Parts: sequence; structure tokens; C-alpha cells
Amino acid sequence: MALLDRRSRRKAANVAFVAFCTGAAVLAILTLFAILFSLVVKGVSGINLDIFTMSTPAPDSRGGLANAIVGSVMLCTVAMVGAVTVGVLAGTFLAEYAGLNRWTSAYASVVRFLNDVLLSAPSILIGLFVYYIAVKPVHGFNGWAGALALGLIAAPVVTRTTEDVLKLQAKQLRESGVALGAPMWVTIRKILWRASQGGIITGALLAFARISGETAPLLFTSLGNQFMNLDMTKPISNLPAVIFQFGLSAYDDWQRLAWVGALLIAATVLSINIIVRVLSQEQKRS
Amino acid sequence: MTALPAKTGLVTRTRPKGAALDPVFMITCGFAATLLLSALAGIVGSLLIGGWPALSHFKLAFFTSSDWDPVQDIYGGAGPIVGTLITAVLSLALALPVAFGVAVFLVEFCPPLLRRPIGIAVELLAGVPSIVYGMWGLFIFAPLFRDFVEMPLITSAAPGSLQEKIFSGIPNGSGILAASIILAVMILPYIAATLRELFLTVPAKVRESAYGVGCTTMEVIWSVTLPYVRRSAIGAVMLGLGRALGETMAVTFIIGNSHAFPKGLFDGGSTIASTIANEFAEASSDMHTSALIALGFVLFVITFAVLAIARALLGAPKHG
Repeated sequence: MALLDRRSRRKAANVAFVAFCTGAAVLAILTLFAILFSLVVKGVSGINLDIFTMSTPAPDSRGGLANAIVGSVMLCTVAMVGAVTVGVLAGTFLAEYAGLNRWTSAYASVVRFLNDVLLSAPSILIGLFVYYIAVKPVHGFNGWAGALALGLIAAPVVTRTTEDVLKLQAKQLRESGVALGAPMWVTIRKILWRASQGGIITGALLAFARISGETAPLLFTSLGNQFMNLDMTKPISNLPAVIFQFGLSAYDDWQRLAWVGALLIAATVLSINIIVRVLSQEQKRS
Repeated sequence: MTALPAKTGLVTRTRPKGAALDPVFMITCGFAATLLLSALAGIVGSLLIGGWPALSHFKLAFFTSSDWDPVQDIYGGAGPIVGTLITAVLSLALALPVAFGVAVFLVEFCPPLLRRPIGIAVELLAGVPSIVYGMWGLFIFAPLFRDFVEMPLITSAAPGSLQEKIFSGIPNGSGILAASIILAVMILPYIAATLRELFLTVPAKVRESAYGVGCTTMEVIWSVTLPYVRRSAIGAVMLGLGRALGETMAVTFIIGNSHAFPKGLFDGGSTIASTIANEFAEASSDMHTSALIALGFVLFVITFAVLAIARALLGAPKHG
């Protein structure tokens, strides 16, 4: 029996294939759980009240992450307000006005393509661009620049989801607006936007999840600040930059704070993603 | 017989209230779209203008030389450029087989009870910020990698052998290979989630008929599922490659940050993104800044090419 017959060979190959796939899945899941596990173990042990009440310390002294948390919240809030405004309007243009005539549809497809490029452009390059328009001219790192960089990362996400959701709305909704004698812009605002509310909120949440952990573009826009600062025209502290600086430092207590920061960010992002999941499932049901 | 009014103008249709604002609203929307367009134009423009002094000063040497010396103000970007390409390709080579295995496992033979939780876990992990992967790489992965991979491989290499060449470097847990592995871990959930979505688009009828004629699972995957999603799958992989190319934080933590040409897999290196992240805020001279921005421009060109190919392969922009 030198050669296995065809059937056994096929069976053997299949068994090997199944084993490989199962192995890959086990390996991947183990690695990913190892990451979450060490994050929780290292992060939770460092959590105490100081984290939320005190500013980032000098090495070997007491301190927390309060200034970084406040800074991150401020930057993300400002960025999201801008990104949602621009994103929803731009998405509305792509979905509702693109079909107006030849020119608008050509323009819309260009915007759509470039929006996709912007969506996946390396975030550090967006940081470089913002450095040129918002840091260099005023000769100083500032909070507005950081918010602008984050906004530029979030806006394409909102644009894309808004367009997708609007396109899913039934034609009858638009016709009903016209039948009531409402002008187009009222129809869009009062009927279409309201009908697509859930989808737009989902998109905004996903964009928020994306920028809340974004580090690279903040390194040379809002930089960082050792102290609590609420002034957007000055350098402003933020969690990702603190993690970067403290994580790469040689001090044990700084590294511990970096782990806590990483845990906070990961927990935020994961819970947003879970909320999005729950929201979109409820929509499907209704 | 009363004639119908000759002038139909009697039943005029009044313009809806507020219709005058219609064009205003449309222009506002168009303006928002233009903002996005000009942001991208601004990115390209500022990178080109900012990087021009370095590009025109060093000319071709910027791409061929790996002398990166802020003290003498000489900048050659070959080290970071090659580092970017090597880490991206290596990480893709490492992540792709595993991601493929995960996707096949989830679609074909995962116990139904586990399918949803594992699927959700994979998708959630695709959203974890890269800096978290960087932290994990530096503190947990690097020491293990040093003790269990680098040390044995380096000490067991015979002098002058191929093994010694490939694995040369300082066994400190960071370097090109370590960075590629972390990158691979990072893009793995993303590729796996996309592949899984694609596999699920194959109509059940097609797959079932393949099983019906007696195909094994492996044959169904290779000859039915994969050909069905081929183009989109390559597109999805290219998007993963694009992510790996532009990734900054996960790499910066662990690549070792040396501008020299990496000699071996354990040698320290740098990528374009990590170089910019490390040096930009503290650039010593105008030429230094310009050289960093020129590197950024190179990165933009590379990622744009990859994205354009991915988009062309994915066909007409498929949303969602």
C-alpha cells in the first residue's frame, strides 16, 4: 500500500486544513485575550481616586491623570461637534443633491473617492497638515489644532455613514415631503434626517471611538501639558500622548499610569462599540 | 355651458413657504463636501511644499542614502522607507494566513454556540486603539520574545551561516521582526472580520451544491468560496496593508528607532511614521523638519497607491 487512494488523500488534506484553521482561530483568540488580560491586570491595580482628581505627576511623586482625561474629553467633544456638522451636511450633499445634474454627480463622485482616501489616510499625515495650518502660523502648539486634527479624522466616517443611511431611506419619504408642500430642505431636515437619526448617531459614535484613542496627530498639534488646562489656545494634555510619553519612560510609577490610561481608553472604545451594537440591533427589531 | 376658465393661470401653485432657502441649504451642503475635498488637497499640498526643500536639496540621495544625521544636517530617508515597506509586508505575511484561518473557522466549522461571541470579539478588537497594542508589545511581548525567540535563535546560529545573517541584531526584544509581529496582531482582527463578512456573502446554495457533489470543506473553500470573493478579498487585504503602512504608535513603541539600514530581522529599524512621531516636535533645524515632511509625502504616495489599487479591485465603491 504505497499510495493512499484518492479518497483518503482528500480526507487527510481536509483534516490538515481543518486543523490549521482551528489552530489559527485558537492562536488568534488566545493572543487577543492575552492583550486584554494584561491590560486589565496591569491597569486595574493602578486605579485609585488620585487618577481622577490629580494631574500628571513628576517622576516619583503622587499624581493622576485628571488633566489628561479632561483634555481628551475637551478635544474629542470639540472635534465631534465640528465633524458631525461637516459630515452630516457633506453626506446629505452626496446622497440627496448628487443626482441633480451631470456636474453635481461628477463632483459628488470625486468627493466620495477623496473622502475614502481621507478615511484611510495615515493619521500622522493629517497631524502634519494641521501643524502647517494651525500650529506654525500662531507659533505654538494649541488645543484647537488638536481638535481640528481629530475632527479631520472623524468627519469622513460621519460623511460616509450619513450618505449610506440616507440612501437607504425609501423614496416615498421624499415624495411625502413634496406632497405636503414642503421645500426640499425642510423635507431633508424634518423627515429624512429624523428617519435616519439612529444610523447617523451610530456613525458618530464609531467616529468618536476612533478618535478617542488616536495618538499620532496629537503629538505635534496639541502636544501635551503637565498641568490642568482648559484654555484651548494653549497646549492641552490628552490621554494618548500621556500614555506615549509615560509608557516609554524609565520610571515605574509613570509606566503604571500609562497602563491605567491605556485601560481607560480601551474600556471607552469597547463600551462605545458595544453600545453601537445594541443600538443597531434595536433598530433592526423595530 | 360654462366654459372652463381659459386662463389656467387662475389656479397658480404658490411656491412653498421657505423655498427660497433651498439653494442656500444646498450650497451649505456642497460647501461641507468641498471642505473635505480641500482638506485632502491641503494635506497633499502642505506635504509637498513642506518637503520640497529637502527633496530638492538631497535629490535622489534622499531615497538611496540611509545617512540620517541631524547634527550635520544630512538626511537620507532610505532607512525609514525600507523599514516601512518591510514591516508592512512582513506583518501582512504573518497576519494573512491566521486571519484566513479564523475567517474560515468562523464561517465553516465553528460550533454555533461560539460563533456569535467569537465573531463579536474579533470585530471589537479591530477597534482597539493602536497605542494599546504598542503598550502590550513593549511591556509584555518584548521580554518574552527576547527570552524565547531571539536568544535561542542567535546563540544557536553557526558563525557565517545563513541563520546568523538573517537573525543578526541585539537581542533586546525590539526590532524589525518584533514590530512586524505586533503590527500583524493589530491588523489581524481587521482582516479576519472583513474576510468573514465576504465569506458570508457567498450564497448558501452555491456552497451547499459543492458539498452535495461530495467536496470536502477544504475543496469548498478553495474552489467555491475563494473564487467567488477573490477580487474583494484582495481589496480587503490591500486595505489591511494600507493600515499597516501608516500605523504609527504600535510600531514606535517596539521597532527600536534606529535610522540605519536594518541588517537582520532582530536589528532595530524605523518606519516613516515612527520617525515623524519621534522627531517632528523636536526637529533641530528647518532642513530636519523638511526632511521629515518629505518622508510624510513618500508615505502618502505609497498608501495612496495601495488604496487606489484596493478600491479598483473592490470595484464600484461598496458601502457598508
